[in-house]
Amino acid sequence: MSIDDKLFTVKYVNNINSHLTNDTKECKNCKEKCCTFICPANVWQWNNETQTMTINYENCLECGACRIACPKHSIDWKYPQGNSGVTFKKG
Amino acid sequence: MENLKNKTKVIVVGGGPAGISAAVTIARANIDVILIERGDFCGSKNMFGGAIYTQPTKEIFPDFETEAPLERKNVTNKYMLLTQSEATTISYNKKTDNSNSYTVIRGKFDRWMAEKAKKEGVIIVTSTVVTDLLMENNKVIGVQTELEKYYADIVILADGVNSLLAKQAGLRKNLKPQDVALGVKEVIKLDSEKINERFNVNNDEGLITEIVGYPMNGMLGLGYIYTNKESISIGLGITLSELVDNKIKPYELLDKLKEHPSIKPFIKDGEPVEYSAHLIPEGGYNKIPKLFADGVLVVGDAAMLVNNLHWEGTNLAMISGKLAGETAILAINKNDFSKNTLKIYQKKLKKSFIIKDLMSYKNLMSEMHKRRYSFTDYYIKKLNAFFDVFTNVDSIPKKYKFRKFIKNVIFERNIFELFKDIVSTIKIILRIFI
Ligand SMILES: Cc1cc2nc3c(=O)[nH]c(=O)nc-3n(C[C@H](O)[C@H](O)[C@H](O)COP(=O)(O)OP(=O)(O)OC[C@H]3O[C@@H](n4cnc5c(N)ncnc54)[C@H](O)[C@@H]3O)c2cc1C
Ligand code: SF4
Ligand code: SF4
Repeated sequence: MSIDDKLFTVKYVNNINSHLTNDTKECKNCKEKCCTFICPANVWQWNNETQTMTINYENCLECGACRIACPKHSIDWKYPQGNSGVTFKKG
Repeated sequence: MENLKNKTKVIVVGGGPAGISAAVTIARANIDVILIERGDFCGSKNMFGGAIYTQPTKEIFPDFETEAPLERKNVTNKYMLLTQSEATTISYNKKTDNSNSYTVIRGKFDRWMAEKAKKEGVIIVTSTVVTDLLMENNKVIGVQTELEKYYADIVILADGVNSLLAKQAGLRKNLKPQDVALGVKEVIKLDSEKINERFNVNNDEGLITEIVGYPMNGMLGLGYIYTNKESISIGLGITLSELVDNKIKPYELLDKLKEHPSIKPFIKDGEPVEYSAHLIPEGGYNKIPKLFADGVLVVGDAAMLVNNLHWEGTNLAMISGKLAGETAILAINKNDFSKNTLKIYQKKLKKSFIIKDLMSYKNLMSEMHKRRYSFTDYYIKKLNAFFDVFTNVDSIPKKYKFRKFIKNVIFERNIFELFKDIVSTIKIILRIFI
């Protein structure tokens, strides 16, 4: 089952503002880029050509793993506003 | 401060088991208490394995067994030791009327607890994120939400494993990737009859399956299956540093587990209805933060109170919440909210099973970390290989086969490694029992 199919089963209320921000300068120099594989929702995608991060924050499961894993502590990580983000019905 | 707008006696941040238990304890003493939860309802941001435990839950809600939305009463504990193609299973079954645990769905169960607490006088505010703590002269005097400031004599932080607020209050340090496990899970819809048949249980009875080895070989992680009324929860938890170091995607591990030949038949023809993820505190005793300061107490996962070998968390959350609630009542009766009075909470925790258990397991994680390859890969493969030899019928005398097997275990493994494994095992056992 692909991650997109998995995420399709999750209920979200979208917010127009991202609750996650990266520091592109730090990311450029980050060798491992672990956020791009440890995230259970595949939120972080590095684009080599443009040297920028795409953050699919609307898929975030709000677990907090990326905040702790980022070796440069460069993720500005907040909870999405009340009324938005993920809702687990069967957690 | 008495004439401030939005002033109450106690504010609890977070509506999981820890926060609700603290709040309801306080409300039962007729003291004003507001609980603030960021989700649309309590439980909507929460996920676990999972089972709640009967005895501690009764301490907070004595009638929960007849009133709460429960899934199944657990009568069997199963342990599966997997290699890529094999499984050795140990199953312990006890059919009694008094079950030790029940499976629940947090979106229903936490919500029910919150409704109960509301009926007993807790004011519950949902869909509201506490963004900051309000401080005055190093004392916590309230909270800032997205819209308003609320003031209180005491703030109880029950905001879960990520506790941004305990960090802000200077009570805890940054967590490291080895201090948490990442849990991913899928809930798979299945007829109750199919569940009964496949897991050999009656209606309303269920089981807990813990899975060691494949697909997490050599890494610190644990898979699980829990049975709900009409669905199965399958998932795994793996130390975050393992994912970082081995460059692994958590959901790919979950897919491998679902595809294992001994697991696949359990979920066959089931419909995946929800995927979820959550962190589990793993640091144990050594990572417990400062539990109190002027005007503030920390409970549950926010205080890293999880016994992670047994994956007990809700029970430690509930009881620490209750003890914090009792401490808040004492402080309010004395009209003293300084750390001098609030330190009673720590004393109560030390006397309870919580700190005693966490002390017993104190060095377990570091020991497990050091020897994880042996415990989660080598011996599991050897155990399965043993049963392969044991059950094989091929006209070779059994004696020769067993001898060869034993030789293999001893000589394949460097004798020093073998010795270290034994020492580790003894250390772990001594720690737990003595
Ligand atoms: C995969 C997995 C399996 C588990 N299995 C089991 C099991 O089988 N049995 C068991 O007993 N335990 C299990 N646990 C552990 C258990 O889930 C936790 O220990 C328990 O939920 C902790 O309760 P809590 O109230 O401290 O925190 P939580 O349940 O996390 O509740 C915290 C609450 O605070 C809210 N919140 C957070 N920040 C804010 C804020 N700033 N403002 C407002 N609200 C906020 C959250 O939305 C949440 O509702 C498991 C955990 C995981 C992840
Ligand atoms: S791990 Fe941190 S620094 Fe590295 S790419 Fe990801 S966000 Fe950037
Ligand atoms: S909080 Fe969890 S789900 Fe969200 S982006 Fe970070 S790792 Fe991914």
